[in-house]
Amino acid sequence: MSLDVLTYLFVGLSFTLYIGIAIWARAGSTKEFYVAGGGVHPAANGMATAADWMSAASFISLAGIVSFSGYDASGYLMGWTGGYVMLALLLAPYLRKFGKFTVPDFIGDRYYSNTARTLAVICVIFISFTYIAGQMRGTGIVFSRFLHVDIDTGVLIGMVIVFFYAVMGGMKGITYTQVAQYCILIFAYTVPAVFLVMQVTGHVLPQTGLGATVLESVNPVWAGKPVLFVLDEVVQDLGFHEYTTGTRTTIDTFFITAALMAGTAGLPHVIVRFFTVPNVRDARSSAGWALMFIAVLYLTVPAVGAIGQLNLINTLNGEQGDGVSYSDMPSWFKNWEQSGLVAWNDRNGDGKVQYAAGDAFMDGKPVLTDKYGEFGQRLTENPLIDTEASPGFDPGIQPYANEVFVDRDIMVLANPEVASLPDWVIALVAAGAVAAALSTAAGLLLVISTAISHDLLKKTLLPEINERQELVAARMASVAAICIAGYFGLNPPGYVAATVALAFGLAAASFFPVIFMGIFFKRMNKEGAIAGMLVGLLSTMAYIVYFKFMGGAKEDLFMGISPEGFGTLGMLMNFTVAFVVSRVTPRPPEEVQAMVDDIRIPRSAGRVHAQEPR
Amino acid sequence: MKEEQAIAYWRENISLIIRYLIIWFVASYGCGILFVDALNKIHFFGFKMGFWFAQQGSIFIFLALLVMYARSMNKLDKKYDVHE
Repeated sequence: MSLDVLTYLFVGLSFTLYIGIAIWARAGSTKEFYVAGGGVHPAANGMATAADWMSAASFISLAGIVSFSGYDASGYLMGWTGGYVMLALLLAPYLRKFGKFTVPDFIGDRYYSNTARTLAVICVIFISFTYIAGQMRGTGIVFSRFLHVDIDTGVLIGMVIVFFYAVMGGMKGITYTQVAQYCILIFAYTVPAVFLVMQVTGHVLPQTGLGATVLESVNPVWAGKPVLFVLDEVVQDLGFHEYTTGTRTTIDTFFITAALMAGTAGLPHVIVRFFTVPNVRDARSSAGWALMFIAVLYLTVPAVGAIGQLNLINTLNGEQGDGVSYSDMPSWFKNWEQSGLVAWNDRNGDGKVQYAAGDAFMDGKPVLTDKYGEFGQRLTENPLIDTEASPGFDPGIQPYANEVFVDRDIMVLANPEVASLPDWVIALVAAGAVAAALSTAAGLLLVISTAISHDLLKKTLLPEINERQELVAARMASVAAICIAGYFGLNPPGYVAATVALAFGLAAASFFPVIFMGIFFKRMNKEGAIAGMLVGLLSTMAYIVYFKFMGGAKEDLFMGISPEGFGTLGMLMNFTVAFVVSRVTPRPPEEVQAMVDDIRIPRSAGRVHAQEPR
Repeated sequence: MKEEQAIAYWRENISLIIRYLIIWFVASYGCGILFVDALNKIHFFGFKMGFWFAQQGSIFIFLALLVMYARSMNKLDKKYDVHE
């Protein structure tokens, strides 16, 4: 069977599975639609949380980021896992005890204010839409790359599938589909990783293979030395920064990690997952399960990154490190040249591929033409590059100028071919990447539709609607949300990557502090919370917009903190302002203080299930 | 549940949370960021220690923390008879 047929078969089978689950798990009540009836087993919920959490970006791009920036990427690894510790210790059990459906529910009730609730709804919608635009695009890219349809058709197919199971099944349908999606994506991610690590080090487990030594069959010069030490030496010889140390300042790394952690703990689509388990005890253990399922992938990523990079250098520069002639390049190199993810510019005209620090092409990414060069390489439209003055090239350090453009995403996408794995593994990776994108998109859509039908309509604008009408509204809101998300997928704002920083920064600066204070500081009142939320939100938004979208100069950064890390500062300002304001305004009412006492004690969290024995 | 008991339960919970958060902070921000250069001088099993903490070690510790926290809280809930 050809690769295309296999890919259609795998992706088609996985879609049939998702739709089958959606029909089986149709939601009949708002409670089933919003929180899957609150009866999901903690391990299943943990798996669903993991699939919800790991997006197309985690699946496709994270290993590439680690691979090309080494230690500097550590903030993503620690931030996106450490956030679950904050979530499990500080938020999840108490929010479960609170026992309603959404984050704005909690903020509105705890701060006895519809202003706070509406502010929270706006944040939820804003954060979720920034996040989902990238997912829809990711789905489209995966489809176009593996199924050879154009990106727009890919986005449309993704919309139809998500529409089907998110609108019909609500949280119940999504949760059980995500369990299936997790299994597919983790299998698709780890199988090629195992083979890659085994070929380079002879070690079986990628999670521990990062410390292993390089095999003689790979490169006799490196044989017997640990991967990371070889890598450090080799990348420095080529003019890059040492792999295992960073280029950012300590304070910048610190702030970025903290913003990603608090942002993870404050993202509404993650928090809402802990409303779906039966009780407080299960909320705690579910966070552990979620982190375990996430860690399977996140502990594999550093190995794929480092070993993939070493393998790449070895393939491109050869045993002696002086380049390999183009005619000897493996077939994956030539395959990915056709899609522009790899490109070669023979700057010194020796017919050999050489990879080192610096740009190989002028004006960023290569733009393909239909022409081929004298060695059969795909030519580009980019203007010729001046070897002496090319950006990032330092003739004093490196032996030759860089001739190769390598897209970071190739680390995962090309892995099965680099490791010469059979076609079915490549088809599996396609199904896995689609699963990662769809599961995250569905989780986000649900949060948006719930925010509209429950928090905005039922709780604020039209409190008299009955449950059936609310369910209809929730489904209609999902349809609208899918259409808007699809629009962003088809017409992506040019700054999708930058908006992710915004989503995390805003979650860290707005939700995390107000929820935390709502649980741990009984004295916190609505004035303090609203003031804190506004300050955190506006300062973070202003900083990120100024430096990411309006071209603020790097020298003007406050204490050298990147926009990605500003959420931490926004969070600290939120705390400070909230404290000061709450001291000079009245205490919260008695019944709110009693509610805080109540959420601190686990027992009777199951009261919403009183009628449904477990 | 009496009020003094509720207060005692909450105090014990807070002290547990603080203890676990200290470990969480030391493993990630401490070993992975603040003291990474010093720890990188120590080599073990083919790793520089600081780099290992930043990319893998902290994640292992986070996992262990969550398992232990869930266990200690279950014990605490039983002690104060607030379990479900």
